Amino acid sequence: MQNAIAQRAPRKPASFYRLKRRVVRGLQIFALLLVLIYTLFPYYWAFVSSTKQGAALYRSALLPALDFTYYRQLIDNPIFMGSLLNSAYVAVSTTLLSLIIGISAAYALGRIDFPQRRAMLMIVLMISIFPQVVVLSGLFELINWLGLFNRPSALILTYLLSTVPFTTWILTTFIREFPRELEEAAIIDGCSHFRILMKILLPLMGPSLASTGILAFILAWNEFLFALTFTLTDENRTVPVAIGLIAGTSRYEYPFGQIMAASVTVTLPLIAVVLVFQRRIVAGLTAGAVKG
Amino acid sequence: MSARLARRDHRDAWLFLLPVIAVILLVAVWPLARTFFFSFTDAYLDEPSVYSMVGFDNFIEILQDRSWWIAVKNTLIFAAISVAIETVLGLAIALLLNSAIPGRGLARAAILVPWAIPVVVATKMWEWMLNDQFGVINKVLSGLGLVDHGIAWTASSSLIMGVVIFVDVWMTTPFMVLLILAGLQLISPEIFEAADVDGIPAWKRFWSITLPMLRPAIGVAVLFRVLDALRMFDLAYVLAASNENVMTVSIYARDRLISFQELGVGSAASTWVFLLVAFVAIIIIGVLRLDKAAGT
Repeated sequence: MQNAIAQRAPRKPASFYRLKRRVVRGLQIFALLLVLIYTLFPYYWAFVSSTKQGAALYRSALLPALDFTYYRQLIDNPIFMGSLLNSAYVAVSTTLLSLIIGISAAYALGRIDFPQRRAMLMIVLMISIFPQVVVLSGLFELINWLGLFNRPSALILTYLLSTVPFTTWILTTFIREFPRELEEAAIIDGCSHFRILMKILLPLMGPSLASTGILAFILAWNEFLFALTFTLTDENRTVPVAIGLIAGTSRYEYPFGQIMAASVTVTLPLIAVVLVFQRRIVAGLTAGAVKG
Repeated sequence: MSARLARRDHRDAWLFLLPVIAVILLVAVWPLARTFFFSFTDAYLDEPSVYSMVGFDNFIEILQDRSWWIAVKNTLIFAAISVAIETVLGLAIALLLNSAIPGRGLARAAILVPWAIPVVVATKMWEWMLNDQFGVINKVLSGLGLVDHGIAWTASSSLIMGVVIFVDVWMTTPFMVLLILAGLQLISPEIFEAADVDGIPAWKRFWSITLPMLRPAIGVAVLFRVLDALRMFDLAYVLAASNENVMTVSIYARDRLISFQELGVGSAASTWVFLLVAFVAIIIIGVLRLDKAAGT
């Protein structure tokens, strides 16, 4: 025992450890600053660029010029405002529908014991990860057949493909977190499952529904492939497609100022929601993955 | 529980599942079946009801197309490199945000910003920052004297895949960070205290405690990210449309289907995409299971 102690390197003075701690702390704060710049600068730069006019856009001044001409042009542009409305309509409807369908399925998957439960969960999970392009031709035919081609409603229907498995999965994990004792009295009283869900669980699930809803909304708001494929004319586009298709008359006249203004506009509500509901979003995102 | 009650439970379970099953049948199973069916026909998109069966011709046609193999190569390279970088970077940022430093709450909120931004918007933002003449990145590089004149990041055939990977890493590392952070918070701090008391050096603590305990969290995150990367469409499409240097299998299949109106051949391409993704998914899940078996 004494030998082991004797073989160790001589103990360094306390000031060495204090210095080491400070250096580590300094490096950590420096790294944190780098992370902040890395994640936030592109969005800041988009805002800066969107308020510069003409030649100022091509000089890399770091401060915004605060000229909101591009934003006024966007507000006066009926097609862009129309695509904003389309996006809002599609994303809100998709979110509400997937929450209703998801909570119903989540109750069965999280609370009722039936033999095919695990198999259903696996099917739901598999559908949420398979590539959307695989169902593109089948969906194209379905949408034409329903007479929905080039209508925003076609997008609501097709977005359910990714949002419903997602809300089902996450709400199932959330429902399982509630103690079963909550409903035991109700079950003994012979309460139906529908009443248990509506009267006991649903009033407690506000926060879970909020975080799941925000994630589904972001998914629907950002979708691109289906929106590009199933809408044809400008007035039926959603915002991501509208921005994706803005093009200049030539490579050298690419309207970056306008594109940045449009980008900032469509992202601002998302960032506001994300920052306000930060904890809920993280809870929703990790609920499905870590505990599932 | 009596058998009668159990029967009632089973019936109720299916009633609650009815809406989700209806949705899955309508927008997943049925379209998937139709895609498989169309891959054996010579149908065109403008007149889908006129077709004849052509057996496996479409599948063979895809395999003989040089562009398809380029798309497969691009997709695999993109998925492998971007997920690898995201995992390492995500782990580093998660460890940083897990330590007690001032401002980490702010950073945890900030990290969500790239994740919430639509892919199209993120792509446009970086396209502007990487612009060869006016982009801020080139301005900084030439200001530092690293380059003489602006690099044409998105116009050069050798750099554009790097740009796609870079933008994807920017957008999806937050997802990795959040999942790994959640995993880190499941590790009880007592283990680290014990290691600290025993005088175990930091790198060894990381290698023999943190990393093995994070394995399940990282495994799930990698699985999700790989499958997501394999179906990538919007980023490469917005940046370069059908440029062969970054064309993914999803872009290839959509091009055949929508741009060329070849419903039959396009469906066959989609079916190959399905098989490719399923194959990779099975391999990854197998590797994760093996790891689990070896760990216990």
